[in-house]
Amino acid sequence: MSAGGKYRRHVAAALMLMPLVIFLGLFFVWPIVSMLSEAVSDPVVVKTLPSTTEAARRWDHASPAVPIMGQALVDDIRATTDDQAMGDVVRRLNSAKSGFRTLMMKTLSAARGSTGPLDLTTVDPRWQDNGYWEAIAAASGSRYTDRNLLAALDYTRNPQGQIEALPPSASNNADIFKRTFVISGLVTLMCIAIGYPFAMLAASVTGWKRQLLLGAVLLPLWTSLLVRTAAWIILLQDQGLINSLLQALHLTSGPLPLLFNRMGVVIAMTHVLLPFMVLPIFSVLIGIPGNLMPAAQSLGASKLRAFWHVLLPLSLRGVASGALLVFMSAIGYYITPALVGGPRDQMISAVIAFYSLNTANWGMAGALGIILLAATLALYAVYHRLTNDRPVKV
Amino acid sequence: MKLTRSLLLASALAALTLGSVAAQARDLTVVSWGGNYQDAQREIYFKPFSEVLGKPVLDESWDGGVGVLQSKVKAGAPNWDAVQVETEELALGCADGIYEKIDWAKLGGKDKFIDSAVSDCGVGAIVWSTAIAYDGDKLKDGPKSWADFWDVTKFPGKRGLRKGPKYTLEFALQADGVAPADVYKVLGTPEGVDRAFKKLDELKPNIVWWEAGAQPLQLISSGEVAMSTAYNGRISGINRSEKKNFKVVWPGSIYAVDSWVILKGAENAAAAMDFIAFTSKPENQAKLPAKIAYGLPNKEAAAAVPAELQGELPTTPANMEGAIPLNGDFWIDNSEELTKRFNAWLGQ
Amino acid sequence: MSDPYILFQNVSKSFGPLTVIKDLDLAIDKGEFVSLLGPSGSGKTTILMMLAGFENPTSGAVIVGGQHVERLPPHKRNMGVVFQSYALFPHMTVAENVAFPLNMRGIAKADSAARVQRALDMVQLGAYKERKPSQLSGGQQQRVALARALVFEPAVVLMDEPLGALDKQLREQMQLDIRELHKRLGLTIVFVTHDQSEALTMSDRIAVFNHGKIEQIGRPSEIYERPGTRFVAEFIGETNLVEGVIGTVAKDRTTIALKHGGKLVVETRPGLVEGAPASVSIRPERIHFDHTAERENDFPGTVLDRVYHGDHVRVVLDTPDHRFIIKSDHRMGVLDEGDKVSASFTPNACWVVG
Repeated sequence: MSAGGKYRRHVAAALMLMPLVIFLGLFFVWPIVSMLSEAVSDPVVVKTLPSTTEAARRWDHASPAVPIMGQALVDDIRATTDDQAMGDVVRRLNSAKSGFRTLMMKTLSAARGSTGPLDLTTVDPRWQDNGYWEAIAAASGSRYTDRNLLAALDYTRNPQGQIEALPPSASNNADIFKRTFVISGLVTLMCIAIGYPFAMLAASVTGWKRQLLLGAVLLPLWTSLLVRTAAWIILLQDQGLINSLLQALHLTSGPLPLLFNRMGVVIAMTHVLLPFMVLPIFSVLIGIPGNLMPAAQSLGASKLRAFWHVLLPLSLRGVASGALLVFMSAIGYYITPALVGGPRDQMISAVIAFYSLNTANWGMAGALGIILLAATLALYAVYHRLTNDRPVKV
Repeated sequence: MKLTRSLLLASALAALTLGSVAAQARDLTVVSWGGNYQDAQREIYFKPFSEVLGKPVLDESWDGGVGVLQSKVKAGAPNWDAVQVETEELALGCADGIYEKIDWAKLGGKDKFIDSAVSDCGVGAIVWSTAIAYDGDKLKDGPKSWADFWDVTKFPGKRGLRKGPKYTLEFALQADGVAPADVYKVLGTPEGVDRAFKKLDELKPNIVWWEAGAQPLQLISSGEVAMSTAYNGRISGINRSEKKNFKVVWPGSIYAVDSWVILKGAENAAAAMDFIAFTSKPENQAKLPAKIAYGLPNKEAAAAVPAELQGELPTTPANMEGAIPLNGDFWIDNSEELTKRFNAWLGQ
Repeated sequence: MSDPYILFQNVSKSFGPLTVIKDLDLAIDKGEFVSLLGPSGSGKTTILMMLAGFENPTSGAVIVGGQHVERLPPHKRNMGVVFQSYALFPHMTVAENVAFPLNMRGIAKADSAARVQRALDMVQLGAYKERKPSQLSGGQQQRVALARALVFEPAVVLMDEPLGALDKQLREQMQLDIRELHKRLGLTIVFVTHDQSEALTMSDRIAVFNHGKIEQIGRPSEIYERPGTRFVAEFIGETNLVEGVIGTVAKDRTTIALKHGGKLVVETRPGLVEGAPASVSIRPERIHFDHTAERENDFPGTVLDRVYHGDHVRVVLDTPDHRFIIKSDHRMGVLDEGDKVSASFTPNACWVVG
């Protein structure tokens, strides 16, 4: 083939790859990069309030701030025509100190409705409180910030710039992270406990029996998450099927608390995630030659020991990928815990949803997302190590 | 090279399709809260206005959250035009500059509406209350106040509350003896917030938290809770549709105004403004209470509501007695911090 | 003769409505190499599975070393099994595979290591201890499987078509190796195969199975030269089966009248009844074309086909009485299609089947 033909062939190959590259870039790389940058960048105050930023550098953080920064702020407001940019500033400041919303709304209309010098303390006496000015000064320090990442782990910087822990009444993200991993771990263990024997059963039968078993485990995947979760509410509630049955059989005297607690969350999530455990184990099990168990038995191993020494080690790769799939999916759950869990069963995604949907605090949402992503990647690394130490060739 | 050419052709086709989707004009899209309420709105507002406009009116529903609107506007060319928002979302979004300014001349002037329905960025659509609800058939002598709501010995059983600090803290203070008129004054101080959370601690083991408006009714129906906070419109709705005898405790309730806003940069902003004007006409708005028990912000419309429906509405003078309006300013200032604290408290 | 070591008494086995073994009796002596030979579905593998303990007989007794074992689980039977596809444990090294039965028996590490080494040396794989099975060739894997089945010195070694997956040359080498091990260690081996030449070369005795029953059991030469039934005659090697009716039965010779007027002379043996129909098996290599020797059977005919095989020439000869297949040594290579020749053979070459 001529050089030109070769070149064209490369172009053709590149074109064929384009959709994939665009897809990855658009839906994978870009969201992660923007999440990262949202979490650590803090440009709004510096950009929108340049004179105030300048003035804040001269302020000693002790004397009244209005004489130094007040007029600069008024000038900045008058110079800004972009409502959205100012909106970002207000949101950013209010998230650091409550009260900025109304304070700035008043100040904005006062500044825009007048010209010349304006005494902010007459607009709103709250401006005499240096706390508000501290917030502005802190926000105008740099275009980049670690405050979101710190806050995601329940830390903050005091006015002196030292890192200190937030009181548990103000923030308990670390607790929620811990809880997220505990619940996900529990769900993973439950999925192994139920999924492994189930996969063994499905792999040991053939024909319609296998179809039925696999269908039963796949069925939840074909119904919406919300419907499945609602079904569990109906089953688990005090007057629900399970409690009615238990009481009708006189196994319990009163209703067992199955709903709005950890138990309900683990039950419902295990149900939802079970297919992700069963399928990888099943596919590994059916790949194991059928004569290995008889061979082990003929060599003197009881069924249990044959399972322990042969089938289990050979199927561990399936268990590992199943566990990874289940765990990774589980840490992202928030609808199920929100509906069937109690207040102490909410997971970190609920917090992320709160910041992104309710307060539009993308920085915090991004920071929490990064921590979650980092934890997930660390886990994946562990999984990689574990499965690579066991080079199984079947 | 045939392959190369067909690939180029395919890419060009794909680009064309994408382009034509973007270029195609989108019909006016209005967004509301879904459920019975949106069904009623569709009948009395969306369909008739579509006839006036001579074009289809698309309607979608959402669950609130200013972040949702924020991201739509920030991305440019939002795919929603008119959206119904709560008090807080109105104030927040207005401050953030994500709404178009309202042309009050088209609405016949600000003085046609009750005060809390008027703003630069939005027009009040309904007035609704959050109040104690209970099943009148199960509790003959029901609760009268928030103190009763907190009293689990007098009224055994669990309590339903909406998950979040808004309303919850106000109700807790009233249960602790703060007069309705002073609630926000007390809540404005750090001591007041502590006091509210302390009062909530008392009830915490007995609370079932709800999030969607249909949940409290179901919780009361199934007996999971003895009483719950609920939206008044939902209570009247279930009484009508399922012949229930759910009662509303008006004193101590908090009423709020939901408003129509237009997203900044919306393609059909002008049509959306006309739509809002259409829904605000007294003759159109007055049709709503017959379908769903919400109060009306247009004064003429409120007066035109038949007498037998007045008893269900938050705007009826007798029901306003001891009720307080939601303080939007307080919540836009303090929502983030108090929600953080509430979530932390909840998870402890 | 002492009591047989392995004894099947009146054993039947059914899977649901399907009966695969019917009223089977089989006795195997200690140190004997017995092949179970038959087409697939003839029940030979089921016998092996019952012996290994993976199947239980529906009725009848299985006795090994004087003990009933019908309900004994596989791991208590102390039998080494070699499977067709080796069944090596892929996650263990060669040494770990071979040590597995020793570990299961709780044998001390040092002792175990020595025995593993010995077993692997025995199959010439002492240097491959640390390899994984996937790093070995098929023949090597099978030798590991063999070492694993022998290392715990089992009372009986069961082999289920162990060489089926190997190519011809390797298979023949392994046949010799296994025979050599059998002799050297005095093993009792039950060997399942569908390959008659494998059975003939390796076994002390062969049991030919068909439809869940033993058609014939005997030494390889008996099975080959004195087949008891048409099935055995046709299944073991190639043969000419000539149909006729028994004529006169004299002291040494019996004549058999063929349909088209021809006549076969066979050696008289007990059980031949005048007037009874008979099938006579004549092995192709026992038929000759030369007339130098005295031949009592002589069938002139026309050469239909002639194929050169190197060590022999295979000729199809059409005669009025039968179409004979003849394996002749290649000095007769002058023959050509259409040539008129006679097939001649001694009475000793004929065997009246059944």
